[in-house]
Amino acid sequence: MSNIIEIKDLHFSYKGDEETPDVEVLKGIDLNIEQGEFVAVLGHNGSGKSTLAKHINAILLPTSGKVLVDGIDTADEQRLFDLRQRAGMVFQNPDNQIVSSVVEEDVAFALENLGVPYEEMRRRVDESLKAVNMYDYRLHSPSQLSGGQKQRIAIAGVIAMEPKCIILDEPTAMLDPQGRREVMATIKRMNKEKGITIVLITHYMDEAAQCRRVVVMDKGRVVMDDSPKAVFSRVEEVKSIGLDVPQVTELAWELRKAGCDIPGDILTEEECADAIERLFRS
Amino acid sequence: MLRDITIGQFFPGESLIHRLDPRFKIVMTLLYILMLFTGSHILCLAVGTVYTVMAIALSKIPLKMFLKSVKPLLPFLVITAAINLFLVNTGDVLFRWRFLKITEDGLNISLFMIIRIVLLIMGSSLLTYTTSPIALTDAIERLLSPLKKLHFPVHELAMMMSIALRFIPTLIEETDKIISAQKARGAEIDTGSMITRAKNMVSILVPLFVSSFRRADELATAMECRCYNGGEGRTRLRQLKAAPRDFIALAVTIIFYAAAITVSILLK
Amino acid sequence: MPILETQGLTYTYSVGSPFEKTAVDHVDLRIDEGEMVGVMGHTGSGKSTLIQHFNGLLKPTSGKVLLEGKDIWEDKDKIRDVRFKVGLVFQYPEYQIFEETVYKDIAFGPKNMGLDEAEIKRRVMETAEDIGLKEELLDRSPFELSGGQKRRVAIAGVMAMEPKVLILDEPTAGLDPAGRDKILDHIKAYHRRTKNTILIVSHSMEDIAGFADKILVMNKAKLFCYDETKKVFGRSEEISQIGLDVPQITRVFDRLKGRGLDFGKEVYTVGYARDLLLKQLSEREGQ
Repeated sequence: MSNIIEIKDLHFSYKGDEETPDVEVLKGIDLNIEQGEFVAVLGHNGSGKSTLAKHINAILLPTSGKVLVDGIDTADEQRLFDLRQRAGMVFQNPDNQIVSSVVEEDVAFALENLGVPYEEMRRRVDESLKAVNMYDYRLHSPSQLSGGQKQRIAIAGVIAMEPKCIILDEPTAMLDPQGRREVMATIKRMNKEKGITIVLITHYMDEAAQCRRVVVMDKGRVVMDDSPKAVFSRVEEVKSIGLDVPQVTELAWELRKAGCDIPGDILTEEECADAIERLFRS
Repeated sequence: MLRDITIGQFFPGESLIHRLDPRFKIVMTLLYILMLFTGSHILCLAVGTVYTVMAIALSKIPLKMFLKSVKPLLPFLVITAAINLFLVNTGDVLFRWRFLKITEDGLNISLFMIIRIVLLIMGSSLLTYTTSPIALTDAIERLLSPLKKLHFPVHELAMMMSIALRFIPTLIEETDKIISAQKARGAEIDTGSMITRAKNMVSILVPLFVSSFRRADELATAMECRCYNGGEGRTRLRQLKAAPRDFIALAVTIIFYAAAITVSILLK
Repeated sequence: MPILETQGLTYTYSVGSPFEKTAVDHVDLRIDEGEMVGVMGHTGSGKSTLIQHFNGLLKPTSGKVLLEGKDIWEDKDKIRDVRFKVGLVFQYPEYQIFEETVYKDIAFGPKNMGLDEAEIKRRVMETAEDIGLKEELLDRSPFELSGGQKRRVAIAGVMAMEPKVLILDEPTAGLDPAGRDKILDHIKAYHRRTKNTILIVSHSMEDIAGFADKILVMNKAKLFCYDETKKVFGRSEEISQIGLDVPQITRVFDRLKGRGLDFGKEVYTVGYARDLLLKQLSEREGQ
């Protein structure tokens, strides 16, 4: 498989002025993401995870190092729209990324900007709305929708560009549990059915646990990069950088510490129940 | 509460008037306004009244709504009528009391003015009642598009308009929330003296400004991410295609306009 | 005596219009002094409408709200005093900050109460400490602070009114785990010091399980239940049926029960689960 995203020794600093020194936010990141992967980037606020996300879409450009998306250097201004078509972005606040007062026109926004002809645009908008299960709402006003529905519209707007990759920057942070479930189900389906690479920036461990790969960031560096099972079994480390582990993983770890014979890499309720049952029936 | 205000006063519907091309509707409304102002005879207004009543009936929006639209301008109407009634001195005197004098011409002119203004308001309300603000913006952009050649920022203005429309409900909701939050901290907003109230407005306006700037900033980034690059080479999902009914409606309007002009020339 | 009580509280939006909707439907509730209550319910369950009645921001369509046994709407002109006694912190409260300095913003509420400078100062200093804001931050502009700090400034602004009842609507929304724990810990510390009644609305059952003595559940405009935490989680099946989550750890024990491994206790925190399991294991070994 080829890499859709290649990040090589990426450094980034916010420029200071006379009074304040530069602040280095990213301190040398190396990361490759393959086409079709579903990756969570997990970290607390200020760990640099959002800054990293903004580099994939050329909202920010590296102070040093390189970011390649589908072979395109993000610093290459000539190919900016090419790049942004391939790597779409969904942001945290559902309200502040919807441009139009009519749902379907918002989904069409990127296509309008790219000058896609009407027939093609119509087809893609309808398909995208169906893909996120919002087709029935196509003529609604966004202000009538719930947070989860708004985020699905934002996702549809990105899907319409037929991107290879979607970067979602804490898309569920402002949603209620229902909205969070809707959004997670939608992005999982996009990954599975359309083969779109997903980079999910989040601080919710339960969302990261649903991904195939978890990249943990802390203080501008990648500190872990592994399967969710492997990452969360390092309970102490994860907690020490201000993140949660699933309750079942934590329980298993506590029991192990107390000397019980129980696996350390428990991630689901089923696995946890199995392990406890074994403990009591042996 | 604030959210009860319906901005733009659009009443969604499927009537013939609703379905007309917004560009045609704007042109027809302009013609209509011209008709009201070029016609100087009361019969012109009769023609205008027939036209307005017909259009209102076709829109299937209750007449009550149109009367409501006139209500806020009632004081203005009364003043206009009074000025004409008492200051026009020509013609037969109908009524006299001390220095006040009402003449036939005065009565005619003030009636004429009232009908003209009422028709004007009702007619333009019909446009906003039957056309969504976003369709209006779109139609204005297209009607003005020849001005692009003169480097007039038509697209930019239309984009600003439509973003403003998009964010009106969001900002109303936000204002509501901020007001509640400050009230919860004991701010007197609808009670208290004028001075405390004015002071407390600051506690609402500052957060509202801060958040609007934040929203603007985030929206700009989101637009850039979706390849926004100004109006150059843009295509549109919303297609405006003139249908036969649009041309027929326009023709009818022109006939009425011609009738009104003829009447006013013949009767001069 | 209950500090806060509702009798047949009903609230209907847009009465007489086609959008008429009853958001709170005949709620009878008695909240005792000093309790730490978790409030849960879906978006649209009526919980936000309910809490806005407690400080008189909304007026019941019918029914009563009693504060310390007195109808808060008995004298309409005194409603502002009710807001000082029942402090309400809205969701994302950092968006209501407006003063030039942190100090002034926290002082806004106490000032509106008409307190003298010395008393205002005492309250600002005390709440700032409660909520974990260092003294040197007080002269800074609140707009320069981090998201979590701003949130704490806004919460302090309501705490400084020293309300008998403090209500917080999702105080941890959008924060990362560290920020969330910090705020909850500070609220708990404030509760220990003042012994005041606190209501916290939250979508996270794990969080609620960690702090609440009692849980209030709203469902479809009605009060679903108001009871001790362990009793509410004991009805985890019903809670799941109305579409709310129970803590993951509770679900594990429900699963075990289904397999015939019943520990006979309601489990809703990891610490409790560990102690319970270890105790039972050692008892088994002892046999």
